[in-house]
Amino acid sequence: MMFPEIGHFALILAMFFAAALGVLPLIGYRTRNGLLLSSAVPLTYVTTALIFLSFVALTLAFVQDDFSVQYVAQNSNTLLPIWYKVSAVWGGHEGSLLLWALILGGWASAVARKSHTLPELTAPVVLAILGIVATGFIAFIVYTSSPFVRLLPETPVDGADLNPLLQDFGLIVHPPTLYMGYVGFSVAFAFAIAALITGNLNSSWARWARPWTNVSWAFLTLGITLGSWWAYYELGWGGWWFWDPVENASLMPWLAGTALVHSLAVTEKRGVFKSWTVLLAIFTFSLSFLGTFLVRSGVLNSVHAFAADPTRGVFILALLVVIIGSSLLLYALRAGEVRSSVSFGITGREAWLLLNNILLTILTLTVLLGTLYPLIFDALGLGKISVGAPYFNAVFGPIALFLIVLMGIGPIAKWHKTKGALLVRHAIAPALLAVLLSAIVYFVGDFDGWVWASLAIALWLSLMCFVEWFSKVAGKNSSLWTRAKKLPRAYYGMQLAHIGVAVALIGVIFVSANSVEKMVRLAPGESVEVNGYEFTFEGIKHVEGPNYVADTGVITVRENGKLIDTMHPQKRLYTTTRQVMTEASLSPGFTRDLYVSLGESLDQGAWGVRIYVKSFVRWIWLGGLMMMAGGLLAAFDPRYRKKAEVAHA
Amino acid sequence: MHPVRKKRMITIGVILTLLGGAIGLVLYALSTNINLFYSPTQIHAGEAPTGVTLRAGGMVVEGSVQRNPQTLDVSFEVTDYAQKVRIEYQGILPDLFREGQGIVAQGRLNDAGVLIASEVLAKHDEEYMPPEISAALEASKQADAKAY
Amino acid sequence: MRKALLFIPFGVFVVLGVLFYMQLGKDVHYMPSALVGKPLPEFQLVPLESSELVGHESLPKGPYLINFWATWCPSCSIEHEYLMALAAEGVPIVGIDYKDEADAAKQWLLDKGDPYAVVLQDEMGYFGVDMGVTGAPETFVVDSQGRVAYRHQGVVNEAVWQTLQGYMR
Repeated sequence: MMFPEIGHFALILAMFFAAALGVLPLIGYRTRNGLLLSSAVPLTYVTTALIFLSFVALTLAFVQDDFSVQYVAQNSNTLLPIWYKVSAVWGGHEGSLLLWALILGGWASAVARKSHTLPELTAPVVLAILGIVATGFIAFIVYTSSPFVRLLPETPVDGADLNPLLQDFGLIVHPPTLYMGYVGFSVAFAFAIAALITGNLNSSWARWARPWTNVSWAFLTLGITLGSWWAYYELGWGGWWFWDPVENASLMPWLAGTALVHSLAVTEKRGVFKSWTVLLAIFTFSLSFLGTFLVRSGVLNSVHAFAADPTRGVFILALLVVIIGSSLLLYALRAGEVRSSVSFGITGREAWLLLNNILLTILTLTVLLGTLYPLIFDALGLGKISVGAPYFNAVFGPIALFLIVLMGIGPIAKWHKTKGALLVRHAIAPALLAVLLSAIVYFVGDFDGWVWASLAIALWLSLMCFVEWFSKVAGKNSSLWTRAKKLPRAYYGMQLAHIGVAVALIGVIFVSANSVEKMVRLAPGESVEVNGYEFTFEGIKHVEGPNYVADTGVITVRENGKLIDTMHPQKRLYTTTRQVMTEASLSPGFTRDLYVSLGESLDQGAWGVRIYVKSFVRWIWLGGLMMMAGGLLAAFDPRYRKKAEVAHA
Repeated sequence: MHPVRKKRMITIGVILTLLGGAIGLVLYALSTNINLFYSPTQIHAGEAPTGVTLRAGGMVVEGSVQRNPQTLDVSFEVTDYAQKVRIEYQGILPDLFREGQGIVAQGRLNDAGVLIASEVLAKHDEEYMPPEISAALEASKQADAKAY
Repeated sequence: MRKALLFIPFGVFVVLGVLFYMQLGKDVHYMPSALVGKPLPEFQLVPLESSELVGHESLPKGPYLINFWATWCPSCSIEHEYLMALAAEGVPIVGIDYKDEADAAKQWLLDKGDPYAVVLQDEMGYFGVDMGVTGAPETFVVDSQGRVAYRHQGVVNEAVWQTLQGYMR
């Protein structure tokens, strides 16, 4: 049972190796010492292996119910099912940081594996930057948040159990994917900083950074999608996005990352916006870091926030200052040396992508402002306030819709210069068709005016994607299919992601405009009709789970008198933590979800019951998955591999 | 005008227009959509406006929760231990809602000084620990203290 | 001009950093007590060692500390050692055994030592409600006029004592 000590020791070793990785290659770069330069790759592997060892040790402590380890005692319990024991490793503050470090190691090793495709001097510098970030993070774990602290000699008999909110499949997979995204942006960041250090700010760094950025972006998209899905079914309110500070903390890097994905494309293809792209790479990673800071330091209060501890806050702030502050300073000193070699046309695709970047940056800043506003307000002594969903909806909605309108046009535009007539010719039919189709929906469904407008925008985007694809594949010489097959994978990735946006938007529109919510008091045998569905409360069953007891409601649902589903919402009492949890019951469908959750037990066997019929809610996550798939498709375009090798030769 | 300069002017113009629009939107949204927090004492002293969405919070007074058995209407008092405010709410209260527990309600004050809540949030009690763990923690902290 | 523009991101970052740092020091949960400046509320409580109700006459002549504690509260055991040190320096401390069991409390004081001038039991937490206590431990300073001068939520240690001391008048 020495695993925790092994893990702790491995982590401390990892910190020293990461520090060596952060220093030696940079000295090697300065002195052109080949030996020091070549130390980068093995040092990366050793650091990662040590972090992995430490992570395995912690996992074993959980699996073996080693409650002498404080972190295990606080987050696990003998009755906890085995898969939750494993996922409980990242169920609390300390373990989730260890996961962060492990993922950083994973990304660094992946870069190391591909380092032969990079110039001799670039790869070690990139790895060194990642080494510096890793050193800071591991030091943070070792000094303020070690998960290996022992409770000796008074070892508790049993643990406090994992927070019931986290005992769920969504929470097994959500943090790792989210971190894959967050941490992945460190690679783009490292490439950008390496470009500043080596002064090699031509467009090649953008080509190397692109696939990495796309993959991280895809993971972050998946992570946010999973988080939204989890909040929807687990929090019991039926909402899919709450503008909670923790959610905003993941949305901001996503918005900035989306801008980065696009500006890297321009920098690679046209060699413009070079210094902007570098800044955006720093900005994106800073926001990932800031997200960690805001969530972990307790500066912002949130339903999701884990432990709040000011010493940890000071440490993360110091890390932030050292890493981000010095990058921005480096940027200020070095970025002045780049000059765009090619000028860009005001009507070309560059201009549309510039608009995209401006709007995404503005969106990021408005979310940042809304998230930090209570903090600023309080710091100025103006009182305690909360900025709620209405602010974000009022600001985010219009700007995002405007951006989506432009998304329809951007891909059609040609590099450097586009004739206005061409745009109009392509755009006129889809625009009219979109307005017409959504008008039909608007009149038939009797919706508000904004539904007409925003649905028209979603349809316009999908139609434009199709028109643009068709203009590429239509031709006389060969069949449609042969031409379609010839288009690069990255192109289809873009199309898929863009259509994903339209799909998610359609989901958002209908879930807000066409959902019905009812809170009713139901005694056994009583029923209520919601939106054409008849919900009958049959009664309550008592159920015992591994670590909880529950009242399970039995609710049958009939449509036109025909039984379509029996739903089982639960009210659970977790026996160790004495926490009450509402488990909603879902009857999912392609165009609507039925959603039932139990409120409180009232007298005479009656219960407060919350019933929702949610229109098209699945489309939101479907859209998210399509965006993710698009990002991956683009990242694994064979073109990158070929070009990278040419660059080496 | 020189074409390069003209292009730069247009670019800057577009950026400024968009930024200006966004700032306008933000200012408008902030002026209407932020909710100030008032304590029961402040509400009692008449510092809180009526008819505006605001937040109030405190501990739920023990024994103050009244339910209408036929509907989901519920009414309770919160206190900051100096003054009390009555809150009325229709709907299902969060899992963590309990007497003696801290809650925050969002809604509008009526002329009678009652908060008609549209949303009730219960704070997560992070201080809670089962006795076994707290005993062990305490022992380890003492051991640590001696080690330093 | 262009060079100067490049420093803007760095400048914004510095401002944000300062803002965060200022905010870090603040305790977001801190609630100043409504009782500050007012006389200590009346009470009728049973001391741990006897069975008759006592009121203000059981209290020391001010200034003194009122410390809410309980055996179920992990932080209380952390602060206990420091309270012992304060008591040894001659600081009078009134202990309020908050929502706790008398037997457990007696055992606790036997095991760890007793820093209190007097321990009163507040089994139901009524006095706690009057004082606006939200949890344990909490410590109040009562000045020589018998008025509540300061409230501290959480563990008392050397740093906190520096603050409390200023109110011991």
